[in-house]
Amino acid sequence: MKAFCELLDRLYFTSSTNAKSLLLQDYLRTTADPERGWALAIVAGTLETKLFTRSQLKDLMAERVDPELFAISYDYVGEMSETIAHMWPDSPQKAESGLPSLTELLDEFSSRSKSDKAEYLAGLLEHMTASQRWALLKIGTGGLRIGMSTRLVKRTLAEYGNVSIEQIEGVWHGLKAPYTELFDWLEGHTDKPDVSDRVVFHPLMLSHPIEQGELQSIVPDEWQAEWKYDGIRTQLVSRSTGKALFSRTGDDISHSFPDLLQDIEINAVIDGELMVYRNGKFGSFNELQQRLNKKKPSKKLQQTYPVAIVAYDALSIDGEDLTSLSLVERQSRLFSMLAQQKHGQIIPSPSIDFDDMDELAKLRQQASDDSNGNIEGLMLKRRASTYIPGRPKGNWYKWKRDAKVIDTVMMYAQRGHGKRSSYYSDYTFGLWDGNQLLPVGKAYSGFSDEELKKLDRWVRNHAVGRFGPVREVEKALVVELAFDSVHYSKRHKSGVAMRFPRVHRIRWDKPAAEADQLDTLKKMIL
Amino acid sequence: MSTPAEWIVKQPQGLLVKPASAYIDPMQPVEHAIITHGHADHARAGHKHVYATPETLAIMATRYGQDHARFIRPIPYRKTVDIGESTLTFYPAGHILGSAQAAITHANKTVVFAGDYKRTPDPTCEPFEPVDCDVFVTEATFGLPVFKHPDIRHEMKKLLSSLSLFPERCHLVGVYALGKCQRVLLALRDAGYEKPVFLHGALSKLCDLYIDYGFNFGELIAVSDVADLRTLAGEIVLAPPSALADRWSRKLPNVLTCMASGWMQIRARSKQRRAELPLIISDHADWPELLRTLQDVNAPEVWVTHGREDALLHQARKMGFKAQALSLVGYEEDDSS
Ligand SMILES: [Zn+2]
Ligand SMILES: [Zn+2]
Repeated sequence: MKAFCELLDRLYFTSSTNAKSLLLQDYLRTTADPERGWALAIVAGTLETKLFTRSQLKDLMAERVDPELFAISYDYVGEMSETIAHMWPDSPQKAESGLPSLTELLDEFSSRSKSDKAEYLAGLLEHMTASQRWALLKIGTGGLRIGMSTRLVKRTLAEYGNVSIEQIEGVWHGLKAPYTELFDWLEGHTDKPDVSDRVVFHPLMLSHPIEQGELQSIVPDEWQAEWKYDGIRTQLVSRSTGKALFSRTGDDISHSFPDLLQDIEINAVIDGELMVYRNGKFGSFNELQQRLNKKKPSKKLQQTYPVAIVAYDALSIDGEDLTSLSLVERQSRLFSMLAQQKHGQIIPSPSIDFDDMDELAKLRQQASDDSNGNIEGLMLKRRASTYIPGRPKGNWYKWKRDAKVIDTVMMYAQRGHGKRSSYYSDYTFGLWDGNQLLPVGKAYSGFSDEELKKLDRWVRNHAVGRFGPVREVEKALVVELAFDSVHYSKRHKSGVAMRFPRVHRIRWDKPAAEADQLDTLKKMIL
Repeated sequence: MSTPAEWIVKQPQGLLVKPASAYIDPMQPVEHAIITHGHADHARAGHKHVYATPETLAIMATRYGQDHARFIRPIPYRKTVDIGESTLTFYPAGHILGSAQAAITHANKTVVFAGDYKRTPDPTCEPFEPVDCDVFVTEATFGLPVFKHPDIRHEMKKLLSSLSLFPERCHLVGVYALGKCQRVLLALRDAGYEKPVFLHGALSKLCDLYIDYGFNFGELIAVSDVADLRTLAGEIVLAPPSALADRWSRKLPNVLTCMASGWMQIRARSKQRRAELPLIISDHADWPELLRTLQDVNAPEVWVTHGREDALLHQARKMGFKAQALSLVGYEEDDSS
């Protein structure tokens, strides 16, 4: 794992995505199976188990260093893994060559009991350099952030095997660490792995926000409207071999929704929105949030907030791939299948016909006026569009309701005043300008006390730097800001300022790379 | 006036040694200045009398011109001279060329002002020499247990392996002009790097001075003498840190930014500097060196001038020393030049 620690260090500091790709390819080329496969899983973030906990680490540290010195150092460094990496007492002799391989490491941690794990961990830290310790702690606590998006990992693999990124997309979610099948294919020893009957995520088709100019192209004959439900995007994969529910990024969220999955008896891949659904009525997004990220939801929680899928598309039904059919065709197959299901947990989301733009605008107004907030606007979809993973142009648009909102990324946080002075409650948010974030505004309100506590904890766990009272945070949390209007401003580097920005929704589920572009905000200037 | 705390006092200009009527590394022009070393935050122009090692005076003359002071007094290491009611002796501090600890004796008590120092071997200067004293005045720039600086050879290996992995990228290394630059050059040669090294204009004068002192850096070429800058792809270019992000660096081809500093150990600091290859090379004592020095010098009393005092004071007291912070302001976090 010595070489892998070095790789992580280099990836962490390298900013150019090309250089990152080259570094990773170089490592893959010079490392054997299964070691490189485990490494790939760590880099791509597909290795889900945590090897040890932060509190185990703190205990180990407390046995070894002066707590006061640790506190002063932690306060200065601002990050737990790095503080421990540097402060762990150096052993007189370094046995670097004696470090286990990643394969051995993962094996040891999965086979040991809890107290054995701590002992093994201490033994490893003993013989490591500071940057190796940092890598181990980051791998082990699952907090590794080295600026390798899944997209970039896939691009790297495509370059490595001289295949297209679409081909990688096609198999990626069907494969598991240590990815020997993948490397065998990429290195030309075997054919592309066949993953068609595996219960795996299929990358989603995503929409663009519609702009004024584009509205004219929406003609009723060629386009249909759908309500844009305010839940979370989900993909249901149900086959004879098993069932799973995935988030928009392909995380398996099945464990949170056993009640939904248990009664489903179809053979299909369905694209839809996960909603709280009770006595024939949809619940709010806030209610849905109670159900998210729960490893083992209690019976009570399941009964209080029952969920359903609002289904609007199907990628396959009864083993037949539908992605090359038109939207109209796919929906008609989907809805006729749903008409036969015994349980009502998959609800069709029919298209809404409209005769002209006036009517469409009225529909959107209706969505805006709808006060219980289950609908956040309209989706406009080209009837003839096939299902294309990614964000193809000119096929799907979202037309959000009135209050202007934009998905930003948290960049900095500062402690508040008065009763909030012990919480990080003042945030600076940014939007993407190419591949860098530029700050566009600050917000202090719009979240509940519960959410404030969660945000505060998030800031403290994800702080990367400190400028006086301001903490810089990892660029990883998407927050949807609502605002009244936006205008040009010389005060911000981004060149724009929002009026009355407030936190509208915290998008714990959304990857930062999918936050909005600065240009999107600029186009909202009237 | 018997205890050192009575005859050494903190003034806005810096630490005043009353029996010598002289300040140590004063921040403003004064009548009598004892200068520990040539870094700009310690050695300023405009004093009337300057007491320093010959090398430090040469550095000051190179930077500020011969007339930086009215009277200069070169004092070699280990030679004791009288200043007012006290005596002054310089001992090597191991920080940069000419850097000195100032040992001042008055009323049978000796106070050693270590200035900036380190214990790691450095071929550009004489090694730090522990001196018996009653009060040891130390810096604490890296006074936290998280600071443990690696061997410079390890950092050079990082640089050279990056160069072989990215042979088309110009490796631009940020170095402080005085001390760090020359130490990095020697370490590169020591690591077997034989190609010419390219220098930003701001580094050449001090390199020339070191060459006058007999140091051999191999072939150095000023970037301004390079007709076609595209030929710098795959070469090593040294520049002051301030040049890393400015217009100047934009004309270099496919730059990979490296930064040589003790701060590079902290990831957030490296990110702030936008260093893609942080090289942890420090001319200050790291935490283990600070503690080792307190033990080696073994003065009953320790004063901490500047840096991160809290942790060092806590540890010094635990080690049985009487310790206090002077909290001097005005010294840079690192050797800015
Ligand atoms: Zn200095
Ligand atoms: Zn200094």
